[in-house]
Amino acid sequence: MALLSTHGLTAHYGQFQALFGVDVTLDAGECVAIIGANGAGKTTLMRSISGVLRNESKSIRYRDLPIGSLAADEVMQRGIAMVPEGRRLFPSLTVEENLLIGAQVRKGQGPWTLEAIYELFPILKERRKNAGTALSGGQQQMVAIGRALMSNPDVLLCDEISLGLAPVVIRDIYNALPRIRAGDAAMIIVEQDIGQALKVADRVYCMMEGRVTLTGTPQALSREAIHNAYFGAAA
Amino acid sequence: MNWIDTIVQGVLLGGLYALFASGLSLVFGIMRLVNLAHGDLIVLGAYLILLIVSLLGLSPFVAAMVALPLMFALGYGLQKFVLNRVLGEDILPPLLVTFGISIVVQNALLQGASADTQRLPAGDIGVASLNLGIVNIGVLPLLTFGSAVGVILILNHVFYRTALGRAFRATSDDATTASLMGIRPRAVFAQATGIAMMIVTIAALYLGLRASFDPAVGPARLIYAFEAVIIGGLGSLWGTLAGGVIIGLAQTIGAAINPEWQILAGHVAFLLVLLVKPRGLFPRAFD
Ligand SMILES: Nc1ncnc2c1ncn2[C@@H]1O[C@H](COP(=O)(O)OP(=O)(O)O)[C@@H](O)[C@H]1O
Ligand SMILES: [Mg+2]
Repeated sequence: MALLSTHGLTAHYGQFQALFGVDVTLDAGECVAIIGANGAGKTTLMRSISGVLRNESKSIRYRDLPIGSLAADEVMQRGIAMVPEGRRLFPSLTVEENLLIGAQVRKGQGPWTLEAIYELFPILKERRKNAGTALSGGQQQMVAIGRALMSNPDVLLCDEISLGLAPVVIRDIYNALPRIRAGDAAMIIVEQDIGQALKVADRVYCMMEGRVTLTGTPQALSREAIHNAYFGAAA
Repeated sequence: MNWIDTIVQGVLLGGLYALFASGLSLVFGIMRLVNLAHGDLIVLGAYLILLIVSLLGLSPFVAAMVALPLMFALGYGLQKFVLNRVLGEDILPPLLVTFGISIVVQNALLQGASADTQRLPAGDIGVASLNLGIVNIGVLPLLTFGSAVGVILILNHVFYRTALGRAFRATSDDATTASLMGIRPRAVFAQATGIAMMIVTIAALYLGLRASFDPAVGPARLIYAFEAVIIGGLGSLWGTLAGGVIIGLAQTIGAAINPEWQILAGHVAFLLVLLVKPRGLFPRAFD
């Protein structure tokens, strides 16, 4: 049985339908990557799972319970944490406060503490008194990841883990990924860099125009199939 | 005329206005809600203290302590059952609702307590003063100012040194992302309004001790509170104290020149500050 799954998930922004029956599963300890062009619906999927967008209750199941209609704070308290697209640090909080607030309501069992985050990303310790938004984009992403880890979640959702970051920083963040995975959280990462996604993920979903167009293990997927799923078969 | 005396009285009067304004500032800072009933809620608080004084025969100071948790509960409930339902992208619904609450509170007080003016019994403290040689300082104005500074110190401590304050700031920054941290923005808002009503209670105590009040004096307190908040810069509590002091000073100086100018001078000072610094004296760096 999957840890987390969506069942015919749909999502709307007013009249506009952004997801058309998306089925995604995540097993315990697994790392799943969602790839797809801009506007494919990746962020909408993440926002639906995390409860920012409300849904029909049974369209999302977690630990065999329906959670689709729960509010974001309730979803988080059950152990699903999110690194939102664009980092979204709190500007009036320092780096350290941004980290602490991740564990303020839920402090689950697990390896992640303030010290462990500082060990994972040492630069954050140096900058802990700075305003979160005074940091570079890459450092902000480290704070956002650390903030989500602080609650020791069972599922970590990362929306655009490397988008817009300098190559050295992307390397630092991907170097940290094995240690994050060793912490037992299952992960869904949204990644536009297909090469990176194929390297780290156990399974990949490719989305286009609100639908899953391809899924499989990195080994099983041909370049051509991914290209077709990404840009449409007609290309 | 003694100028030093006038200035001291003005500064101390500013403490009262800062007390009027702090609750308004807190609520606006956290949820961008302008509570048009704020002045009437201060008056309601004064009547509540008066009721406790007459029912239990307590001193107004002790009665205010009794009123504090009641007013917290009122604020919490008001936010949870009324204001949370109208908060959203559109700023008009909460304005209309708080305007409605203002009218309801005024009329309820008229019904329940009549239009007669009332006063809280200040006893000896109402007339006591300290002689400092050049000036005579009333004990009550001094207590008012001290309470304002105390309230702001405590609020700043809560805001910047406690987990609750961290949740306040995070929710104020970005309620959606705060909810991804497991924080329920609506519960945070209810707590904030509850705390604002505790400050309202302290403001009500000094309003009732220092002057007479009746059900209709709320809107004028709202105006002073507004001006203090805006002069100080939205969201800055020390700015709010500075704003209160500027209005208090302008009023006493205006009154010293010509008693009819008291109220007008406060409003003129407000406009002058806005001309020079449209975002107030201590604006937030971001918004
Ligand atoms: N807040 C919104 N209001 C209206 N349409 C939106 C909103 N957010 C996203 N969309 C639309 O939904 C579709 C999917 O967007 P999104 O989930 O952000 O895609 P991705 O993350 O894959 O780039 C796009 O067509 C986008 O324009
Ligand atoms: Mg996106």
